Amino acid sequence: MSKVVTAKEAVSHIKDGDVLLIGGFLQGGIPDVLVGAVLETDAKNLTIVSNDTGTAETNIIKLQQAGKVSKVMATYIGANPETGRMMIEDPTSVQLFPQGTLAEKIRAGGAGIAAFLTPTGVGTIVEEGKQKMELNGREYLLETALRGNVALVHASVADEFGNCFMRGSTKNFNAIMPAACDYVAVEAEKIVPVGELDPELVTVPGIFVDAVVKVGE
Amino acid sequence: MDKKNLIAWRVAQELNNGDVVNLGIGLPTLVANHIPEGINVIFQAENGIIGVGPEPEPGKENKDVFNAGGAYVTTKPGAVFVDSATSFAIIRGGHVAATVLGALQVDEKGNLANWLVPGKRVTGMGGAMDLVTGARQVIVAMEHTAKSSHKILKECTFPLTGAKVVNKIITDMGVMEITDKGIVLREIASNVTLDEIREATGAELIIPDDLKVMQVNE
Repeated sequence: MSKVVTAKEAVSHIKDGDVLLIGGFLQGGIPDVLVGAVLETDAKNLTIVSNDTGTAETNIIKLQQAGKVSKVMATYIGANPETGRMMIEDPTSVQLFPQGTLAEKIRAGGAGIAAFLTPTGVGTIVEEGKQKMELNGREYLLETALRGNVALVHASVADEFGNCFMRGSTKNFNAIMPAACDYVAVEAEKIVPVGELDPELVTVPGIFVDAVVKVGE
Repeated sequence: MDKKNLIAWRVAQELNNGDVVNLGIGLPTLVANHIPEGINVIFQAENGIIGVGPEPEPGKENKDVFNAGGAYVTTKPGAVFVDSATSFAIIRGGHVAATVLGALQVDEKGNLANWLVPGKRVTGMGGAMDLVTGARQVIVAMEHTAKSSHKILKECTFPLTGAKVVNKIITDMGVMEITDKGIVLREIASNVTLDEIREATGAELIIPDDLKVMQVNE
């Protein structure tokens, strides 16, 4: 069963108001072809969940400039001036999380875990509005799981079923977002037939993946 | 040696063989250049590298190997790549021996503020809150004062990165340890008097009987 489609087909599932989990770290390992394809859709009022919403040179900022993004969840926004502008205009439109907390919220969302307790953020503004619990003499914040409607991620190699190998530090959020979304589109630098990817070297199992798109290196 | 390298060299003397260490951006990255011979420190980048090496030679960059600042890096033999959830499990789980970072403010309770200046553009905390919470030792490496204002205070006024997390402060003027009683001055730079360091510090310094002269690279 081949899941290989065009970028346009892969993003055609995105609807108004969807929560998009977008992999990558700054300019590294970003699914920029898929994000660029979202620009050509009519989808609006999107929530973008991304470590950093990219940089001024990558494609998430174009979605924002096109008025398609109403909310952002991220950990660092210093490289995308448009996210900074959103935050100034409407502070509630950008929600910041500690990086480990955002990663764990997504991991939990994909793993059937409703919430978890983390010591990160205790005694800081991150604890505002969150339930605090003491366990074994230490304070923790209750953080809830996060799921999305659609994941857009980048892989180095994918097979036609969607099994992915993500090289080097491109695993980042790309490897954890697929399990946490209802529909998952992967862009891959190389696509191989099923059976060619060494099962020992699969970063993301293809069972999470719905669409595979070929991009240039 | 300039001020920043002097501080970085002194921080490097705190690290032990086999330590997994995370270096913040700016001055802390210089620590990697001063690791004593015979000491093998494993540098971690929170975006998913254990075993970060030096920056690549021009033209030898690998687009898929970059650090948490987005800069291309190399890896050392035995390096490992992990995803962000695993990387922060390593950090939060106490598997990082030390994190070295700069501060806007640090206070006598060990509170650290280094991610947000009220009224300035917000850039986000990135991985800093997890690092100061999870690393077994938090070392603040910075110039003792900012222009003429204090950075070491009785109480931080900027939003915190972590509450009661700092273990040591290493500056161009001395080496300080945060204790239950307050800030203990362990070492003082040879060209600084007690009055001068007290004046440059916005909190009380406890002076122990065995105060030493700050080690410098001879």
